[in-house]
Amino acid sequence: MATVIIPTPLRKFTGQKTKLEVEGSSVKEAIEDLALNFPDLKKHLIDDNGRLRTFVNIFVGDDDIRDLQNESTTLKDGSVISIIPAIAGGSH
Amino acid sequence: MSLHITNDARERIIQDALQTFPDECCGFLYGTETGDERLILEVQAVGNSKDGDKRRRFEIKALDYLRAERYAEANNLQLLGVYHSHPDHPSVPSEHDRVAAQPYFSYVIVSILAGKYNTLQSWRLNEDSQFEQETIVRSQFSN
Repeated sequence: MATVIIPTPLRKFTGQKTKLEVEGSSVKEAIEDLALNFPDLKKHLIDDNGRLRTFVNIFVGDDDIRDLQNESTTLKDGSVISIIPAIAGGSH
Repeated sequence: MSLHITNDARERIIQDALQTFPDECCGFLYGTETGDERLILEVQAVGNSKDGDKRRRFEIKALDYLRAERYAEANNLQLLGVYHSHPDHPSVPSEHDRVAAQPYFSYVIVSILAGKYNTLQSWRLNEDSQFEQETIVRSQFSN
């Protein structure tokens, strides 16, 4: 069991829940488990090809999974996964 | 939709925008929410991590975002949105702003023209992913 922290902008898709317990031995499995239980959240996390969206960052603890083994990053009991939306913009 | 903002929080946003000019500044907005009304009590400037032209683009590091969520939780505040500046452009979201915007968040934009404060407006995405303006109410309430 790992815990996923839902960022403020996406909480309306999880009934305002901020933390959720998920099943899975890797980040990929955990995100799939989350998407299965919260289908409205899915389109914000996974693209049509089943890959994590570019605008979404995933951290395990304080580490970006891009610095670990990406979606294959293994999880332990008690791992904390944070979903982090990319924040960007600009004037023109 | 209305966004109440303390004079102190508003002043901090404007000062950050002036000091960062001609680059874009950015930061987080914290406060409380009751129904459709939001009260911004605190703002926190963060570095613009955009690789490239910071005069027309901003980006916030993922780790800074993670810290902001943790800060909100630890201080019993709600992370209500982000602010950024538009140097020499109006305080109206660009298409680039819209495409990158998150649901729920308030996007406060401050316009700086030729190094001087011009306007400050706030925007929020609607269900059709289009920005709608929030009415800004200046609040005397201090944290």
